[in-house]
Amino acid sequence: MAGSPLARKDTAAAAGEAAPLLRVSGISVRFGGIVALDNLSFDIAAGQIVGLIGPNGAGKTTLFNCLSRLYPFTGGDITFAGTSLSAVPRHRIAGLGIARTFQNLALFRSLSVFDNILLGRHCRSGSGFLANALRPPRIAHEEEDAAQRVAGLVRFLGLDALAAAPVAAMPFGTQKRVELGRALASEPRLLLLDEPASGLNHEEVDALATLITEIRDRLHVTILLVEHHMSLVMRVSDKVVALDFGRKIADGPPAAVRQDPEVVRAYLGTGPATAAAGAGR
Amino acid sequence: MAALPTDSATARRNQWLGLALVVLLAAVLPFFLSNYRVFQLTLVLAYAIVLLGLNMLTGYNGQISLGHGAFYAIGAYTAAILMDKFGVPYWLTLPAAAAVCLVAGFLFGLPALRLEGLYLALATFALGVALPQLLKYKHFEHWTGGVQGIVIIKPDAPFGLPVNADQWLYLFTLGVAALMFILGVNLLRGRIGRALVAIRDQPIAAEAMGVDISLYKALTFGVSAMYTGVGGALGAIAVQFVAPDSFTIFLSIAFLVGIVVGGLASVSGAIYGALFIQFVPNIADQISKAAPWAIYGVFLIACMFLMPGGIAQVVGGAWQRLRRKPGKSV
Repeated sequence: MAGSPLARKDTAAAAGEAAPLLRVSGISVRFGGIVALDNLSFDIAAGQIVGLIGPNGAGKTTLFNCLSRLYPFTGGDITFAGTSLSAVPRHRIAGLGIARTFQNLALFRSLSVFDNILLGRHCRSGSGFLANALRPPRIAHEEEDAAQRVAGLVRFLGLDALAAAPVAAMPFGTQKRVELGRALASEPRLLLLDEPASGLNHEEVDALATLITEIRDRLHVTILLVEHHMSLVMRVSDKVVALDFGRKIADGPPAAVRQDPEVVRAYLGTGPATAAAGAGR
Repeated sequence: MAALPTDSATARRNQWLGLALVVLLAAVLPFFLSNYRVFQLTLVLAYAIVLLGLNMLTGYNGQISLGHGAFYAIGAYTAAILMDKFGVPYWLTLPAAAAVCLVAGFLFGLPALRLEGLYLALATFALGVALPQLLKYKHFEHWTGGVQGIVIIKPDAPFGLPVNADQWLYLFTLGVAALMFILGVNLLRGRIGRALVAIRDQPIAAEAMGVDISLYKALTFGVSAMYTGVGGALGAIAVQFVAPDSFTIFLSIAFLVGIVVGGLASVSGAIYGALFIQFVPNIADQISKAAPWAIYGVFLIACMFLMPGGIAQVVGGAWQRLRRKPGKSV
């Protein structure tokens, strides 16, 4: 695959540390009387892999849903590559360069593995109903180009043999990979992974760790990873943000966050066995 | 549920070849049949266009409609009024009916965005029951002809072609149907078709991947109504008559029966469904004059049990088996 079809000019890296790719500054989310996110702030620099950890209900998925514009946030703002997300409608997020996977899988069950991933390219074209019905050569080429890029991704993810199969017939681990492929097909600059390791066995988690690093190194995608599997997070992340009850309790390099007394308390109530408990999953 | 039309190069060429062959066969058919049969087949083609449109909406996009008879009526009346009151040539009424129904469908689709499943079914049902009565409204009578309806004149073959009026109208309808099917297949096999299915299967993920759900759903409603309107206009020209009582809610239900029996989310299913809704009531009538609808009901239930994926799936499966080499097991 000379000159990977997925390669992309890395404009974000040129901007350097001065302007983070994603800046979450002081956002809050309330559901009735419950505070799901409380004045949360953190940055992600281009090219980083950032782990987001916290006990169940800490607000990790809530944050993802803010980034996808599924939930409205109050207070501060989220800016992505300098654009405030507060005025961006949901369906424009992917085109802006933010793609995500879902905790409990959200695949298009009646489509094939290939077509599921192909849908990820939707935001990379603006062709409408009339153009598609008439299908001039321009549209045919666009479709061919999309299919070729997706074929490259399918190889990258090792899904070649399954491409034509209906996605609903695939095992859970494969479906997670298809979702990852669908997100990557949109050529994101920031990839949001919501518990990619859940339901995977030990070897699969190892493979996932390699894959996540490869996605960053080869495809130049910045990654925000929500995960309970602590050894995975500690292994791949450049930086870890820990949440508890919607508040940020730690933010720093994995080794420092793992030792952080507040993080230890949040996970176990007390005691130093946090990392071991996480790795034991 | 059937997948999107396949997209590999050879499969696509075979599809177009197959389509060309079917159209060719269909084109010689009227020269071997009675005028009445030719008229019936003209209606089948008109219904097939309708069912393709309804299938885009209900089969592919997952929006149920119990009121497409209304769009069929709007298309039919548009054609009839233009021909009767304004002397517009019959072929020019089709783009007019298409445009009117596209706008009507889109406008109906906008508020329908708030409704899903059974609630959308009820809203469209309301449209279907209300429209025939509106057509009788006395202030519209000057245009619609009220209860009497409008009688229109069957067009003759142009350029002195050696075919009678029935044969010509059939061939004309066949040409229009082929065009509508080509446009429809193009629409469904690419980016838009995938997005429609994605909205049906998993709207949140579709939106997260960049599909503008509101716009697509409303546009699909419009395009679906447009197809239905073109079918309605062709049907009106073939029947040479429109009246409110031709477009009862039963017509809407028949369309829904057509896409389910033919095959949801399948293009060829529109043709099988159209044959079903045109001929099965006739066959039932021949079997029992006393209780034709009971016979029809038996046919319908038998279809659902024997072909739960629709006729298109059974035909598609048989075709696949035929094409496989004999040594391979299925």
